[in-house]
Amino acid sequence: MKYYIALFVMGVITNNYVLSKFLGICPFLGVSKKTNTAFGMSAAVIFVMLLATAATYPINSFLVAHKLAYLQTIVFILVIAALVQMVEIILKRYIPPLYQALGIYLPLITTNCAVLGVVILNVDSGYNFGRSMMSSFAAGVGFMVAMVMFSGVRERLESSDVPKFLEGLPITLIAASITSLSFLGFGGIVEGMGLI
Amino acid sequence: MAEKLTLKQEFTKGILKENPTLRLVLGTCPTLAVTTSVTNAIGMGLSAAIVLVCSNVVISALRKVISPKVRIPSYIVVIASFVTLVQMLVKAFLPALDDSLGVYLPLIVVNCIILGRAEAFAGKNPVLRSALDGLGMGIGFTLCLCAMGTIREILGNGTFLAGIADLLKVFGDNVFGGFNGFDLASHYPGGVVPMTVFILPAGGFFVFGMLIAAVNGIVERKGGKKAREPDCAACPMAGSCAEAGKSGAPKGEDCAVKNGAKAAAAEQAGTDGAPVPAPGTREGGEVA
Repeated sequence: MKYYIALFVMGVITNNYVLSKFLGICPFLGVSKKTNTAFGMSAAVIFVMLLATAATYPINSFLVAHKLAYLQTIVFILVIAALVQMVEIILKRYIPPLYQALGIYLPLITTNCAVLGVVILNVDSGYNFGRSMMSSFAAGVGFMVAMVMFSGVRERLESSDVPKFLEGLPITLIAASITSLSFLGFGGIVEGMGLI
Repeated sequence: MAEKLTLKQEFTKGILKENPTLRLVLGTCPTLAVTTSVTNAIGMGLSAAIVLVCSNVVISALRKVISPKVRIPSYIVVIASFVTLVQMLVKAFLPALDDSLGVYLPLIVVNCIILGRAEAFAGKNPVLRSALDGLGMGIGFTLCLCAMGTIREILGNGTFLAGIADLLKVFGDNVFGGFNGFDLASHYPGGVVPMTVFILPAGGFFVFGMLIAAVNGIVERKGGKKAREPDCAACPMAGSCAEAGKSGAPKGEDCAVKNGAKAAAAEQAGTDGAPVPAPGTREGGEVA
């Protein structure tokens, strides 16, 4: 149990996927202009991360058992792409309200490096099924925390007076840098709480 | 657009005018993640460049065979195969680089530059042009990574090219006299304390922001346009974005092309406020 809490804290705060591992930067910069969009996108990411982990875990066991581990990258990306497509079709047909909420974000997630990243990192870390799922969930929640926090920062940036040479992308990146710096303060929290 | 460029321009546009990282703002994840040292930057840049050239050539050669409806999955398969090849080669010959790049090496598969060039260029142009385009873009990407890596390594670690021996090993042991980078900090009596924040994630965002600001400044002085705002314009998923915009969802505001950035942007999605995918782009591509 303790280990699961540690995984969660690490994924959300100390090893945040966006702010310390730089995975999923494209949506972080592209879809974070409004808080509700950021929220919808992150909800879809959590959903897909959990599904992708659940689907790739048995597949990876199969690959390893048949000495095909070198095919991981190619198999994982195809599984994720197919899965996302299938989920989209199923949701559209059977659960329209959920499709309304998440559907539009789903195709964008296929090539999101955070999803492939979490799957590969789980395999590399040798987590069992439970731990993989927890680590993916934490990664997704971490993504959401970063996105929602940063969308707040950006909404304020819109109305602030920025030096001309920093307008646009540069100031966004510098704001991201300060956001990332603030997460640095949590370093050592997992060890400090005696979770590992 | 592409037809008017000479072959040389096709090659050089990726290095300066349409630099994938600094001008088109693609492939930001590796740009920020692996640039803690120049050695990593070179390793990452060259790996991505190799994948880019190879996948551009294959995709361009197969462009008349691949049905438009299944082209994105086909591109992904081609790209993933080359990434796997590069990954195996790096693991075999440069294990130290494999350790330091870690998960970012397999993640070249989802690097937007590669899928973006496949979609915007290689799928529509002949083989030679695609190869040159890939080479130029790859070199542009590598140079940008090296610039980031140089700034971050010198300021954050007090070294330059540290660990380069691991890369030079490819040419044989001790060919370069065991050269393994410079330790700049040690040249000062009493030593200096490097600003560690620059090799931390926060420093990555900061240096990248400053670099883009500098490039924007130079380009603007010469009468060009600023680097585009980070939207999905040049991203291979722009078509889906545009569809999202159609359904009236808030997403459309972020993703519909805003500034009419040329290159990939113009080819992939509609214009201002009218997110209608251009004919032959990816509408419904993945649903098939």
